[in-house]
Amino acid sequence: MSRRSLTGDALAQVGAAGLFLFSILAAIPKSLRHFRETLRQIWFVGAMSLVIIMTCGLFVGMVLSLQLYYTLAKFGGTAALGTVVALSLFRELGPVVTALLFAGRAGTSMTAEIGLMRATDQLSAMEMMAVDPLAYVVAPRFIAGVIAMPLLACVFNALGILGAHAVGVSWLGLDNGTFWGNMSANVEVWSDLVNGVWKSTVFGAVIALIATFQGYTTPPTSEGVAYATTRTVVSSSIVVLAIDFVMTAFLM
Amino acid sequence: MNTSNHSPGSDSPEPASAAYVQIRGLRTVLGGKLLFDGVDLDIPRGKITAIMGPSGTGKTTLVRHITGQLAADAGQILVDGRNVPELSRRQLFELREGIGYLFQNSALLTDFSVFENVAFPLRQHLRLPEEIVRNIVLTRLQAVGLRGAAQLMPAELSGGMMRRVALARAMIRDPGLMIYDEPFVGLDPIALNQVLKLIRTLNDTLGITSILVAHEFAAVRRAADLVYLIAGGKIAAHGHPQELAERDSPWTRQFFGGEADGPVPFEYPARDYALDLGFPAAAA
Amino acid sequence: MTQPRRSFQVGTGLFILLGFAALAYLATQTTSVANYTDGDNYLLKAKFSNIGQLKQRAPVKLAGVRIGSVKSIELDPQTLEALVTIGIDTRFHEIPDDSAAAIFTSGLLGDQYVGVQPGGSPVAFKDGDEFILTQSSMQLEDLIGKFLVSGDSSKAPAKPDAADPAAKNP
Ligand SMILES: Nc1ncnc2c1ncn2[C@@H]1O[C@H](COP(=O)(O)OP(=O)(O)O)[C@@H](O)[C@H]1O
Ligand SMILES: [Mg+2]
Repeated sequence: MSRRSLTGDALAQVGAAGLFLFSILAAIPKSLRHFRETLRQIWFVGAMSLVIIMTCGLFVGMVLSLQLYYTLAKFGGTAALGTVVALSLFRELGPVVTALLFAGRAGTSMTAEIGLMRATDQLSAMEMMAVDPLAYVVAPRFIAGVIAMPLLACVFNALGILGAHAVGVSWLGLDNGTFWGNMSANVEVWSDLVNGVWKSTVFGAVIALIATFQGYTTPPTSEGVAYATTRTVVSSSIVVLAIDFVMTAFLM
Repeated sequence: MNTSNHSPGSDSPEPASAAYVQIRGLRTVLGGKLLFDGVDLDIPRGKITAIMGPSGTGKTTLVRHITGQLAADAGQILVDGRNVPELSRRQLFELREGIGYLFQNSALLTDFSVFENVAFPLRQHLRLPEEIVRNIVLTRLQAVGLRGAAQLMPAELSGGMMRRVALARAMIRDPGLMIYDEPFVGLDPIALNQVLKLIRTLNDTLGITSILVAHEFAAVRRAADLVYLIAGGKIAAHGHPQELAERDSPWTRQFFGGEADGPVPFEYPARDYALDLGFPAAAA
Repeated sequence: MTQPRRSFQVGTGLFILLGFAALAYLATQTTSVANYTDGDNYLLKAKFSNIGQLKQRAPVKLAGVRIGSVKSIELDPQTLEALVTIGIDTRFHEIPDDSAAAIFTSGLLGDQYVGVQPGGSPVAFKDGDEFILTQSSMQLEDLIGKFLVSGDSSKAPAKPDAADPAAKNP
C-alpha cells in the first residue's frame, strides 16, 4: 500500500467521522425518547469510572504537591503551592488526565459493545424493527460522554486538591491558611476553573465520537472489534492532546 | 395496531396490485460476483412464497434488498406500492414497521432477557400499559413454546430456541409482511412442525403475506403456496411446489433430488482443482 | 423489571449530583469566588507612586492576617499616582488612622498584597478615609539592577563610568 493511499485513508476516516458526528447530532432529538437509555449510559461511563478517576485524582494531586513543594522551596515560594497545584490541575492535568483515563475505561467499552452488536447483527435487527441504532445506541452514549466527562474532571480536580492539601499541609507542614488563601486569591472561576470544564466537555464529545464511530463501523469480525478498540484508545489520546494544545492556545 | 393498515386481509381484495412485493430487473454485484442478473419476481398478497436455492445464491441478499438493508445496483423493488431504493431513511423505517423479519442468525439483543427481546418492538413504538405488553409477549412466547423461558438471557438458549424467540419477536406487531430467513435451521422435528404450523396459521388467520427463505423442500412443500427457485443469478423455476416437484426440468430434478451434478454447480466457483493442488501437468 | 431500572436512575442522579458538588466545592473553596463572599466592609483609599503587579481582589493583611481586599485601582489624574481603594471587613473597625499601607510581595515570585502597619493613634479609620503613609511596591527590576551593577563594579573596575548613572537611579 503506498504512502499516499495511507494518508488518503486517514483523511477518509476523519471525513467519515465528521459525517458520523452530523448523523449523531441529527439523531439526538429522536434519542430523547430513549431518555432512560441515556441515563443508563451515564451510569455506565460516568458512575462506573468514579473509582479509577478518584484514585488517580488523589495520587496526581499528592505527587504534584510533593514535586512542586521541592521546586518552589528552591525559590522560597512554597506559599504559592496551593495556587500552582490548583492552576495546573484545573487548566491542564484535570481535563487531560481524566480524558485519557476516560478513553481507556469508558471509550474502549463503548467501542467493544457497539462493535459486538454490529458483528452479531444486533444493529441490523434494530434497523429491521424500525428502531434507529443511531438514536437508540449511539446518541445516548455520545450524550453520556459529553455529560459525564466534565463531571468526572471536577471530581478528579477536587480529589487532586484534597491530595495536594494532605501532602502540602498535613505532611510537609505548610500553613493551612496560606495554602487556601493564596489559592483563592489567584485562581479565577471563569478563566481557570470553568475553562477546564469546557475543555473536558469537548474531550468527552471527542472521545465518545471516536469510540462510537469505531464501534459502529468496525468490520464484523473478532479481529475487527479488537482493532477498533485499540484504535479508540490510540486516536482518542492523540486527538485529545492535539485539541488540548489548540484550545489552550485559543482560550488562554 | 396501526401496522395492520398495510396488511389488507384476504377478505379485502385490492385488485390494483395483487403482488405485495414486485421486483423488476434486479441486478446486484457483491464482492465482484454477479449475484442477480435481471431477476423479476412477484410475491402475491396473503400467500406464502418460498425462495429456494443452493446456499450462496443470494437468498439472504434478496430479502435484504426487499427491506432496504442493502442497495441493489439496478432494478425496481416495489413493496406495498413503494419503491424501496428511492425511500429516505425515515420512510424506510415507516415501511419496516409493517414488516416482521426473522434473521438467519436470530440477532437477539444479548443484553435483554427473552421477554424484553420480544417486548422490544412494542416498547419502542407503542405506549402500552405494562399489563398489555405482558399479555401480548407471553401469548407469542406460548405460540413458540417458550413461555417458560421468558426470564432467561439469550446466552442461556440453544440455537433452535433463539430461533423461536426471534420468530416470536418478528411477529409481535402483527406485520403485513413476514420474512423468514431460514426458519427451520437448527430446529428439532417437533419444533420444526410447530414453527411450520405457526407460519401457516399466521397466514391463514391474519392473512399475512409471507416470504419463506429455505432449502428444506419437504417443509416448504407443506407450507408454501408458491416457490421461486433461484440459481445462477436468475429465477430458474417458479410455480406451485407440487407442480414444480413433478415438473421434469434438470434444475428441479437436481435441486429437489439432491444430486451434486447438474445445472446448479455444487462448488463455489474456483480455479482448476489440479492447478490449486499444485499439479501443473494435470491442467493440460 | 422496574426495580433495577429505578436503582439505575437513582445511581445516575447521585453521580450527577456528586459531579456538581465537586464543581461547587472547587468554585467556592479554591477560587476568587471565595473572596466575593466577604460581607460588610468599609472603604479606605491609599495613593502609591507605583503599585507594581498589584491586582484587584488582592488581599489586604495586617500582621499577616487577611482583613480585606483591593476593590479598585485607578490613576489619580492630578497627582499621577495610583489610587487604590481598599475594602476592610467591618469586624476590623479599630485600625488606627495613622497606620501605613505598603505593597509587599509574598515570597520571591509570589503575588503582591497590601500590608497594613498599625500606627499609634487613638482614633480609628472611618469609611472613606485615606492612608497618609504609603510605601510603593519594591520593583524586582530595580533590585536586580542594583545588584548586578554593584557586582559588576566590584569585578570589573575598568569600567566605573558605565555603572555610575545606573547606580544613581532611585
Ligand atoms: N457483504 C458482502 N460482501 C461481499 N460478498 C457478500 C456479502 N454478503 C454476501 N456476499 C456474497 O453473496 C453471496 C450470497 O450470499 P447470501 O445472500 O448470504 O446467500 P444465501 O443464499 O445462502 O443466503 C455469497 O456468495 C457471499 O459470498
Ligand atoms: Mg442466507
